[in-house]
Amino acid sequence: MSKKIQVSTTINGEPVEFLCESNQSLLEVLRDGLNMTGSKEGCNNGNCGACSVLMDGRLVNSCLVLGAECEDAKITTIEGIAPKEGLHPLQQKFLEHAALQCGICTPGFIVAAKALLDKNPHPTEHEVRYWLAGNLCRCTGYDKIIRAVLDTAGVSS
Amino acid sequence: MQNFEYLKPTTIEQAVAVLYREGEHAKALSGGTDLIVQLREGRRSAKYVLDVKKIPDLSQLTLNNDGSLIIGAATPCHQIYGNAAIAATFPGLMDSFTLIGGTAIQGRASVGGNLCTASPAGDSIPSLIAHRAVCVIAGTNGWREVPVEAFCTAPGRNCLQRGELLVSLRIPAQPAHSGGAYLRFIPRNEMDIAVASAGVTVTLDGNTITNARVAIGAVAPTPLLVNEASAALIGHSTSDTSAINACAVAAQAAAKPITDMRGTVEQRVHLVGVMVKRALAIAIERANR
Repeated sequence: MSKKIQVSTTINGEPVEFLCESNQSLLEVLRDGLNMTGSKEGCNNGNCGACSVLMDGRLVNSCLVLGAECEDAKITTIEGIAPKEGLHPLQQKFLEHAALQCGICTPGFIVAAKALLDKNPHPTEHEVRYWLAGNLCRCTGYDKIIRAVLDTAGVSS
Repeated sequence: MQNFEYLKPTTIEQAVAVLYREGEHAKALSGGTDLIVQLREGRRSAKYVLDVKKIPDLSQLTLNNDGSLIIGAATPCHQIYGNAAIAATFPGLMDSFTLIGGTAIQGRASVGGNLCTASPAGDSIPSLIAHRAVCVIAGTNGWREVPVEAFCTAPGRNCLQRGELLVSLRIPAQPAHSGGAYLRFIPRNEMDIAVASAGVTVTLDGNTITNARVAIGAVAPTPLLVNEASAALIGHSTSDTSAINACAVAAQAAAKPITDMRGTVEQRVHLVGVMVKRALAIAIERANR
């Protein structure tokens, strides 16, 4: 019924053009179209946050964004978080605090935490917990994640 | 997800023409946090999805000099509470907009969408009612305005007719010495659906309540304005516990909840009284600032 839609966007600082179906989510475009499989599909309905990306600097669930809505948008995915060499400080602190186990939720947590620290470099534990409430983890019990984020921010917990 | 055609109207006229021509087959998309899930899960169907975010009137956000507020129907929550002047002027509305979903949902979800979804538990709706918000609706036969308390007609249903589009919400200026608040009960601290909720505004003259609006959510097929609860407060002192109790009892009497996985009838009736009293206390405290 529908023809493919051409979308011009910027992903992790690089101009990207892609073709998508009108009913494809940004998450599907990233994973299946652009082979960027860092963003994960968990619930596919906006509850779990495993697909978190930044869209024009705002944290969003990429499963709830249509690829077609991304015309002229600036997207940052987990693949764009680390510098060319080494890890982003959040990634390093997640390792040090053992803030992951199976790892499926981790890209979403890293992207969401980066969005928080970009906006609020020294959050309280309360602020971190509320900000990350839309990201679910079934392994860690959250404490290690919260500590990793606070440690990255230089806030003692 | 089911197949549909994605359209990006840039004017109200274009959007309304498609909504009229296609009727039930066309759906307006703003933040997508409800619609995309519903389309994916087959709970709603569409041949045409109209992304209305490129229509300027639907993306507006204006705090007027007289203190009134216009919220475009597609304006996302984060943009509203991220505006310091608006957040300071309408803390009772911000109570709602800061707890619809989590951070990522608030990055997309719009107040207009929350209203059009017409959930009995929609967190923005009791606050909007308490603040006397009015829906500005465009249609093929021109414009009309509907108070928010008349917008939702049943769970998941609203008063929009074929060819109509919710364009914006108009919230009048709050009189001097006014305050508002919204509270909901959920069994955890965040990211949940209200078991019972209350939105309240009051206007004070000294310690006397000269005006009040009490609205309740998640305890009836639609959020309700409870005029009896508001009337119980007017003319009484902010410390008049019998008036405050009468207000809560009136709200409980108006509640017609169901028992479901989130709570029982008895629990919801009890909670809505508690929510009204606590929201009222916060609204009074804010009116005194």
